[in-house]
Amino acid sequence: MNTAVDMSRFVRSEKIEALPPPSLTRGPLAWMRENLFSSPLNTLLTLVVAYLLYVIIPPLVEFLVINAVWTGTDRSACRAETAGHPVGACWAFVIDKINFFTYGSYPATERWRVNIFFVLLAIGVGWLLWLRAPRRDLGAIYFFWLFPVISYILLTGGNVSLGIGFWSTFAVSGALLVVALAAAAYALKTSIRSAMLIGLGIVAVIGITLGLVSINWGLEPVPTSRWGGILVTLLVATVGIVFSLPFGILLALGRRSKLPILRMASVIFIEFVRGVPLITVLIMANTMLPLFLPGDVTVDRLARPLIGVALFASAYMAEVVRGGLQAMPKGQYEGAMSLGLNYPQMMAFIILPQALRIVIPGIVNTFIGLFKDTSLVSIVGIFDLVKAIESSRIDPNWAAPTIGITGYAFAALFYFIFCFGMSRYSLGVERRLAAGQKR
Amino acid sequence: MKVKGPKTTSLQRMGSVQSSVSQALPPKKSFLYDPKVRGIFYQTLLVCVVGYLFYIAATNAVDNLRRAKIASGFGFLENTAGFDISQTLISFSAAGSTYGDAFIVGLLNTLIVSAIGIVFATFLGFAVGIARLSSNWMVAKVAMVYVETLRNIPLLLQLLFWYIAVLGPLPQPRDSFSLGAGFFLNARGLFMPRPLYAADAWAIGVAFAIGVVVTILFRRWAKKQQAATGRQYPVGWATLGLVLGLPVATWIVLALMNANPVSFDMPVKGTFNLRGGMQILPEFVALLVGLTTYTAAFIAEVVRAGILAVSKGQTEAAGSLGLKSGQTLRLVVIPQAMRVIIPPLTSQYLNLTKNSSLAVAIGYPDLVQVFMGTVLNQTGQAVEVVMITMGVYLTISLVTSFVMNIYNRRVAIVER
Amino acid sequence: MKKAIVSIAFGLTASLLAAGSASAQATLASVKQKGYLTCGSNTGLAGFGLPDAQGNWTGLDVDFCRAMSAAIFDDPTKIRFIPLSAKDRFTALQSGEVDVLARNSTVTMSRDTQLGLDFPAINYFDGQGFMVRKKLGVSSAKELNGASICTQQGTTTELNLADYFRANNMKYEVVAFATSDETFKAYDAGRCDAFTTDASGLYSERLRASNPDDHIVLPEIISKEPLAVAVRHGDNQWGDIVRWTHNAMLDAEELGVTKANVDQMKGSDNPEIKRLLGTEGKFGEAVGLPNDWAYRIIKHVGNYGESFERNVGEGSKLKIKRGLNAQWTKGGLQYGLPVR
Repeated sequence: MNTAVDMSRFVRSEKIEALPPPSLTRGPLAWMRENLFSSPLNTLLTLVVAYLLYVIIPPLVEFLVINAVWTGTDRSACRAETAGHPVGACWAFVIDKINFFTYGSYPATERWRVNIFFVLLAIGVGWLLWLRAPRRDLGAIYFFWLFPVISYILLTGGNVSLGIGFWSTFAVSGALLVVALAAAAYALKTSIRSAMLIGLGIVAVIGITLGLVSINWGLEPVPTSRWGGILVTLLVATVGIVFSLPFGILLALGRRSKLPILRMASVIFIEFVRGVPLITVLIMANTMLPLFLPGDVTVDRLARPLIGVALFASAYMAEVVRGGLQAMPKGQYEGAMSLGLNYPQMMAFIILPQALRIVIPGIVNTFIGLFKDTSLVSIVGIFDLVKAIESSRIDPNWAAPTIGITGYAFAALFYFIFCFGMSRYSLGVERRLAAGQKR
Repeated sequence: MKVKGPKTTSLQRMGSVQSSVSQALPPKKSFLYDPKVRGIFYQTLLVCVVGYLFYIAATNAVDNLRRAKIASGFGFLENTAGFDISQTLISFSAAGSTYGDAFIVGLLNTLIVSAIGIVFATFLGFAVGIARLSSNWMVAKVAMVYVETLRNIPLLLQLLFWYIAVLGPLPQPRDSFSLGAGFFLNARGLFMPRPLYAADAWAIGVAFAIGVVVTILFRRWAKKQQAATGRQYPVGWATLGLVLGLPVATWIVLALMNANPVSFDMPVKGTFNLRGGMQILPEFVALLVGLTTYTAAFIAEVVRAGILAVSKGQTEAAGSLGLKSGQTLRLVVIPQAMRVIIPPLTSQYLNLTKNSSLAVAIGYPDLVQVFMGTVLNQTGQAVEVVMITMGVYLTISLVTSFVMNIYNRRVAIVER
Repeated sequence: MKKAIVSIAFGLTASLLAAGSASAQATLASVKQKGYLTCGSNTGLAGFGLPDAQGNWTGLDVDFCRAMSAAIFDDPTKIRFIPLSAKDRFTALQSGEVDVLARNSTVTMSRDTQLGLDFPAINYFDGQGFMVRKKLGVSSAKELNGASICTQQGTTTELNLADYFRANNMKYEVVAFATSDETFKAYDAGRCDAFTTDASGLYSERLRASNPDDHIVLPEIISKEPLAVAVRHGDNQWGDIVRWTHNAMLDAEELGVTKANVDQMKGSDNPEIKRLLGTEGKFGEAVGLPNDWAYRIIKHVGNYGESFERNVGEGSKLKIKRGLNAQWTKGGLQYGLPVR
């Protein structure tokens, strides 16, 4: 018995302290060990990268923020010998020139028109990009028709004098178009009424557009040679987007068409444009377009690169859309056909809505490329943001060593914000689409 | 309905479908419903419209050129250029050379900057792409910031930045920065000794060629041996020894025989600048750095996507075979990723070549700057100059895609 | 296909639109109809053609366009300035995009005879020169052997440069840029030892240097650069207007008629002044302008001397001497043809 009692003495009578959790699986130190110093090679890499950051980041911050000059009205603020301290970025220069960078030399009293253009653009882009926005079909009409027309009137002042001769020609050719469509409908034994409605619709849209731009709205006309800066950058990008999407879809359909000549024409156009640099297209638009038009017709200097950019972007857009069309399962085509839909109906109501949806990331990426490429128009003498900065940095009033870098830093920031925003958006859409595909 | 043969066109097939259908059913509707007829109608319409547009453009161009008294034809390529170019790979002078020579100079300048840029961008791009997937948090994040920053800023701005960054801190020629061994750095560029080849220098070239051929043969043999016996041969060392060692040995032998095949023209200080030697222009450096870093960011994304496309099981299997992580990457992951990587990589190479035309913004004499710039201005023959330039870029594009397609076919999965 | 039809219709309409607005007619008539003059100008050269941040243009070439606008509309502001680079300027004039090109362009035989252009009025006699940094210690262009030189593409400058160095058996390294801005910027950043363009341009560009006093203009003038106003070949009436706008400004200076005293001068008994200001004879009508055309020019813009002093001479930052551009009576080349 005694032994049993004695044995029981070996049982611990008080609780011992719990061991601390393993120190190296949680907390910042463990995290560092796991992610930064897991092996000798990783440690070395970490140290090298840390050194690189040490070399790059502090001078960059010093230049952009600490030594930067924020206020001042001329060069003396940004020159080390007059400022009395080492001078980094000269933000005072950007602040002083911000109106010039935004509007170019658009008349100061008329700049509200440009501001409205910016707002309208933001509304249109937001409407189309926000996937759950109400009435996105109306949004498309707004962005691809109403918005361009209003912007044209706002920015140029509208009031295009067309003349009675033009309107009579227009009326006659409009009537001819309606009659031709009706005749075609008669020959095809389909509804003449709907064909005429379509014809009248086309004529009405063109007529209303032309009517709107020819009305005198009482706006002072502003020639395009006075536009500049961010206005032109956004304008080139917008025209590229508005034009390239519909034209790119047409090209993609052409490339996928069964009609050999149509297909060949699309392929040649797409491959030609994609095979040459944008700058050569712009130079061609600048020097050769006037040659191809009758002697007394001129195209506005700003319009030429717009045409070049639009054509260029269309070819890239066409390839993106083609990807979407190819990704459509064959059953969708067959299903549509078995419902008795004709080609336009099948494309418009079944295939394109789905195909375009899956290539939204690709479309946005093309827009990013297009947006960055707008900077190239400065090479052919168009006064976009880059050109505005280029011409400001040789202003003797602001001659100081860091002016150039500051200007470029501002432009880089501007482009980065837009492009990065767009790429985040496209990533988000990609994730949402991927979520839908998961089973 | 059988497809008649591999060469049947879709149109023929459509026609045969049509005919078999019309045999089965009595034709009820107008022939306008025949897709074949419609197709022909639409295409004729297209040909007419496009042809009409081309016709109008051509007649206008002829008319305008005549009115402006601008010459036409390619005869101008024979005319004396009358201007100078800063970087010429072939001999070029204002007096003796023609516009045709200027074209070649520009073309070579485009090709050399693209070729070097492609090599550098590939290395940098693969490094950054692999770094983005690194388990090292800091390396991955820095690689990500690099990619996002460079991809979202226009190349033109980056080039202008590099041009200022390259030019700004460099000293004037009088205070040239000596790097030793005849290398100097100043605002006019990088100067280095230029090799001068004596008459018997051809022997070195021959030695190099022999080295390359023998290496290829040896590698093939070694591979076969390894497949058969499992024995590995020091391929890397052999390559190095043959390709580098053989020419160097030849050189030494020649030098010992007092032939001295290669001598160096050293740059020396002149009134304004260093004279003699070889000069690398700052414009070239700025363009090269800009193109390389920009394209590398895109290549990195391509590489990342390619590696992610290789299933994780492959890595695990390689690990279980006892391969180290470097070997896994090199021998298992990358070769399989290449299949996904090659097509987008090709288009990045083409983009780099096309983007080299931005040289015009920083004064590097590439094809666009020399030919579409100066020559176009001096001759006024816009149509011919634009046609030639675009033709060159198209040819480069087509040739590159052709070559890459062949390579792609070789690395593609062979289905059995 | 529906969309294709729509787009074709749009394209056709757009081309109709463009064709409707500019029909073939004499330049003067089309300018009057438009209600403004389109003037091809420099992209920015102080003293010759430079817009400020509000888009107001000033300069000697700009004054020439203003004088034309004054003669036609009695208003010097009815102008649209189209900034043109050296590369684009002649195409723009040929294609009818601009009515007149006042953009310091050199007259050469090939330009006059092969490009379908006329150069009726030389408003500035210039020559090509060099600018270098003072601390380089160079005092003559002959000492530039081995120098690297920044120049602009597509100009006579680029060709003269090659000729000059070849003729003097000197070596040089050329660095050519597409625009004058880029060219000067590169020189200012230290890329080149020397910068070359027309001498007037050198003075104008020097103002834009980070430190203008660090640079000197070398004395040599290596070429003749008669800078002229250009019009399309074949419209002689329009060419006459350009020619006589220039001569009216020269005559006015010679006769002492200025912006300030032109109203008084209208009552002058001097027959030359009477003919010039339109109080005698019908000289304006002959070129399609009202008879007081020259009065309008002087009233709104001033005479040649005034324009010169205001834009490039002592009254400006450039401080260029009259030199070759002085009146012929004072040893220069500017010789106003008589209005008679």
